[in-house]
Amino acid sequence: MESIPDIETGEAKGIVEAMLPTLFGIKAVRNETHDTFTLDLEPVNGPAEFSFKAGQFNMLYVFGVGEVPISISGNPTDSSVLIHTIRSVGTVTKAIRRLKRGAFLGVRGPFGSHWPVDEAVGSDIVIVAGGIGLAPLRPALYHVLSQRERYGKVVLLYGTRSPDDILYRRELERWRSRFDLDIYITVDRAPSGWRGNVGVVTSLIPKAPFDPLNTTAMVCGPEVMMRFTVQELQKRGIRGEDIYVSMERNMKCAIGFCGHCQYGPMFICKDGPVFSYNRVKDFFVLREV
Amino acid sequence: METLEPILAEHPFLKGLEPHHVQLIVGCASNIRFDSGQFILREGEEANQFYIIRKGKVALEVFSPERGPIIIDTLVDGEVLGWSWLIPPYYWRFDARAVELTRAIALDGKCLRTKCEEDHHLAYELLKRFAAIMEQRLQATRLQLMDIYGVNP
Repeated sequence: MESIPDIETGEAKGIVEAMLPTLFGIKAVRNETHDTFTLDLEPVNGPAEFSFKAGQFNMLYVFGVGEVPISISGNPTDSSVLIHTIRSVGTVTKAIRRLKRGAFLGVRGPFGSHWPVDEAVGSDIVIVAGGIGLAPLRPALYHVLSQRERYGKVVLLYGTRSPDDILYRRELERWRSRFDLDIYITVDRAPSGWRGNVGVVTSLIPKAPFDPLNTTAMVCGPEVMMRFTVQELQKRGIRGEDIYVSMERNMKCAIGFCGHCQYGPMFICKDGPVFSYNRVKDFFVLREV
Repeated sequence: METLEPILAEHPFLKGLEPHHVQLIVGCASNIRFDSGQFILREGEEANQFYIIRKGKVALEVFSPERGPIIIDTLVDGEVLGWSWLIPPYYWRFDARAVELTRAIALDGKCLRTKCEEDHHLAYELLKRFAAIMEQRLQATRLQLMDIYGVNP
């Protein structure tokens, strides 16, 4: 006969703890674009540090409104502050947008898989971000830059809607002045006078400086953008096993329990959100998974 | 005297052409430079050239009376600008402006059209190459039209 898990110990205890939010206070709010903002959070009680791996996400809970999965966009080598960049598009994210400095949020996490920053040591790194997809990739870039000598070429290809929609503008400008990092930014459309690139992010891939046979690619953005990006990366000669994508579905419990984010035989929240392309390629082109 | 032949023969757009076809194209080619802000071609004007950008950046613009000029694409080193010289009635459909000092090789479209009529192998080789560029740009335009970074892509 199957035994009932003891709520005080083992797996059941872990599940209960994972479902309980921890109280965090908003330390700072920064506007990134007209609809995207960044929060600095700090725990109200409990440990003063928050450790995570690049690519993981948290469930953010606005009391009385609801909970949403949001990728962590801060620096994984600095556990003193928890940073999230959020686009206000739904009920909960719009409620978060209305919160001011000093307000509280419930936080569960970190959850999910992470970018293969350790496995990629010794190889070139190409990071391809589309729109808000730059937020979950920024921790990977922080990690790589913190141990820059361990990697080959590092290239960031970033596409967004217009010059006004560029995230982390000041940080990108600072990074652009580095000699050991290549950054290419493109927008879908721009007013006359814009001196940067216009065109889709995939158009940057053929010209980007990396060795396809020794490169790890990390891709995050709208699914259609990731589909075409993977095609272009493979056209350059990068193997599917060296391409990683971050998938997004409607995550609820974040621990592979409720099934909301099922993706074929996987759960995005538990097995993902970061997957090797080879692992998800059979589902990548399906219209309904 | 140094000619444009080695540059054109090695350029990805023309690579693989028979040497005598490259020579025919060289006969229609010249070096050209555009200052930052200078228009390279204007919508509605006769399209009698195309350009291989050697160094620089070119913005393709469409003018809207309500919104002013809007940049819809940018082309950089190694890319090819202009195919309207190949398709009747041979008028430019967009404006192209140098975003920075741009050096290019200008190919005389009238000259090439005549040579293509005389040598259909050359015409086929050029059409294959332009079809590949058109396909790439059509794919990119489709993605842009989808507004994939919008709230409801």
